[in-house]
Amino acid sequence: MIIDPGLFLNAVVSGLLLGGFYIAVALGLSIAFGQLDIVNIAHPAFVIVGSYFAYYLGAHYGFDPVLTGILLTPVFFVAGILVYRVYYVSFERTGQESLSGLAFFFGLMFIIEVTLIMIYGVDYRLVPAPYIGMNWKLGLVDFPLRMAIPFVVSMVMTIGIYFYLSKTFIGRAILAVSQDRQALQLMGADPVRIKQIAFGLAIATASVAGALLIIIGPVEPSINREYIGRAFAMVVLGGMGSITGTVIAGFILGIAESFVQTFAGPSWAPAVSFSILLLTLAVRPSGILGRQS
Amino acid sequence: MPERILDVKSLTKRFGGFVALNAVDFHLDEGERLGLIGPNGSGKTTMINCISGSLFCDQGVITFKGADVTRLAAHRRTRRGIVRSFQIPRPFRSMTVLQNLLIPMEYAASHSGGTTEAEAREILDLVGFRNRANANSGRLTQVDMRKLELARALAAKPQLLISDEAMAGLSSSEVDEILDILFKLNARGVAVIMIEHIMRAVFRFSERVIVLDAGRKIAEGTPAEIVKDPEVEKAYLGV
Amino acid sequence: MRSGGFWGFIIGALLVGIAFVALGKNEYYYFAAYVILQSLIMAVAWNILGGFTGYVNFGAAGFFAVAAYTTIALNKYLQGLGLQPPMLVYIAAGAVVCGLIGLGTGYLTLRLRGVYFAIATLALAVVFQTLANNWDYVGGAKGSYILTPAPPPFFSSYIKYLFFVMLLMSLFAIIVSRYIVHSKFGRGLAAVRDDEVAAECMGVPTLRLKLISTTVMGVLMGMAGAPYPFYVTYVDPQSAFSLGIAVNAIAMPMIGGTAYWYGPVIGAILLGTAQEVISVTISSELNVFLVGVVLVSFVILAPSGLVGLVNDLRARVKSRA
Repeated sequence: MIIDPGLFLNAVVSGLLLGGFYIAVALGLSIAFGQLDIVNIAHPAFVIVGSYFAYYLGAHYGFDPVLTGILLTPVFFVAGILVYRVYYVSFERTGQESLSGLAFFFGLMFIIEVTLIMIYGVDYRLVPAPYIGMNWKLGLVDFPLRMAIPFVVSMVMTIGIYFYLSKTFIGRAILAVSQDRQALQLMGADPVRIKQIAFGLAIATASVAGALLIIIGPVEPSINREYIGRAFAMVVLGGMGSITGTVIAGFILGIAESFVQTFAGPSWAPAVSFSILLLTLAVRPSGILGRQS
Repeated sequence: MPERILDVKSLTKRFGGFVALNAVDFHLDEGERLGLIGPNGSGKTTMINCISGSLFCDQGVITFKGADVTRLAAHRRTRRGIVRSFQIPRPFRSMTVLQNLLIPMEYAASHSGGTTEAEAREILDLVGFRNRANANSGRLTQVDMRKLELARALAAKPQLLISDEAMAGLSSSEVDEILDILFKLNARGVAVIMIEHIMRAVFRFSERVIVLDAGRKIAEGTPAEIVKDPEVEKAYLGV
Repeated sequence: MRSGGFWGFIIGALLVGIAFVALGKNEYYYFAAYVILQSLIMAVAWNILGGFTGYVNFGAAGFFAVAAYTTIALNKYLQGLGLQPPMLVYIAAGAVVCGLIGLGTGYLTLRLRGVYFAIATLALAVVFQTLANNWDYVGGAKGSYILTPAPPPFFSSYIKYLFFVMLLMSLFAIIVSRYIVHSKFGRGLAAVRDDEVAAECMGVPTLRLKLISTTVMGVLMGMAGAPYPFYVTYVDPQSAFSLGIAVNAIAMPMIGGTAYWYGPVIGAILLGTAQEVISVTISSELNVFLVGVVLVSFVILAPSGLVGLVNDLRARVKSRA
């Protein structure tokens, strides 16, 4: 079977750009689930909320989506803290995490999705931005700006978070709290406060990720469920507790989806991430760079 | 001539790059009382986990009553007679004290004729829980939880009981209560491995003592011999 | 509930059902009752793995829809051969297929933490939905129609028959659930739920029990989903795999109380009826929104459900007396 080299190359580049964007979505989950063991299924729902904010401010006030995404991070940060407080008081403190905690986030995801449907209906929304139709061409390869720009922003955000986590005191406290609560306490940091900040940070990334999402393509409320698979697939495949792992997994997922989309058709795309997830869980649950548990 | 009930050869367990157990050998005879001591982090709990089956070792052979159990699942080892109690008690919190005993009775002891409710109450008597059969197991005091832990282990009809720091943090008289239970158990023919930090309990109870340090067995002998062993002193005092 | 009382309840329910079928006039009530009973079976089934064993299944809609699609595929195939088998055949098929899926999912993921199992069930539901979307034999994304057969003797309309089938299956699910709770198997499940590590060390074959639990759940959910195509006459992936089914399967047991066999029953009847009323009187979006809010509220404020609240109240009254 002869594969058109142009098609092949475009599939690869497309995959890398897509994967880069996916990392932005999974980053928050990598922190919440990978580091803090909080199974926030509702994370993609928060991302979609970010998309709708970008839509609203973009369509009605002409705000650039990336700008909206960045400007609203404090709002999302606070929301994250509030959600964590409820989660902590209701579940973590009493040790009920497993069943009730999962049901809590599931219910939260559901409420968010349905609220968006009630306000905006199920039609696709998009945001107007000057670069969305534009395309750079480099030889055989297309670099559509609606994918390239999210890729760049995502990479910047990821690198920023990575350095924050590894270089600042709070960042390292976040990494530490997942490994040894007690040692952290002995060092004078309050684990609950640290987790709160970490979760707030995770939700804050959703603001930016959501804005990027609506640049890439139109959005409607139930899209969050596709991203549950993608985000969890990346965090699990990459390995719990490893941001680098999530990044690698993001690119793998992006390329896999891109190839499936190009050569088998877009209707198969949702199955890719979930299949990768199932396969990883069945074969090597600790992921590529995961901690030994 | 007492039979060997447990034989552990070259037991090795690694966690990533860290070697928790390094080629440990030891054996236990039927009805024997063995003390297992060592500084924190020396590998005692890992050892119990490997013997009971909560963890699978990387190298080594574990033989129980003549059969190789190295790769046997934990619940099967329990059914054969290896029973362990947990350092931090793990009661089945939605159940009463008596219901907690029902589980090992029905699942672990069933092969050896099972135990009846009468026997369960007898076990409760043994640990001093006579009137508490219907108490909620999640709301017991520390020492009572330890007793429940032991009672539950007894309900599994062990031939080898591994008691993991059952006395940690207890008062002197509470320690004696637990010790009493273990002696009674041993009198019925159950071999006991006692892991403890409370030396007077270890020395009073054990016929033989094994000392672990940094994953290796560094000494073995009677309590009197162990006390005088310079290697043991070095391990504990770091001198 | 003591045995006598329980069987009285079962026989009573059966008699009421028969009377309803014989005497009822307004067809709407049968449609409504069917939906409520369907969600009751799903809730009872979910609870066997969720409440009894402690493992959360997010993909209830997947099991349900697979059974529905099994019916569609089987129906198409058998019709092609000129056969019109009784409902029992479809129910059996749905039960077997979903039971196997339950077993398979469990086998792949139950050695891991409960969290991974929950995510895997979600993943599986999406994979199946994608398969359904792409399988033209059952209509793909456009969906598939099924003709309403003639009602069997004694039933004046097909929906009465469907209602009665659902009633029988609900009672069956309740009997199975109650049997489990009072059995050695059920006690083992409770031990797994309370502390899996301790259970394993107390001789409980945890993996085996979890697999049986997942399989039973799969079988019951498969039974609930099999008649669905005959109820709606038009099935498409969007509606069959609906999130509402998954949420209800979780919300109803959590509202009723997960530790007992009657918790999901209470939750299903209360929430199911409320949903029907709201759907008809206000709007179906609001109904769905409220389920989410109620679920989250109960999970936070009353994790042991209504049954738990009642028990707490009783205990408090007793300690004051």
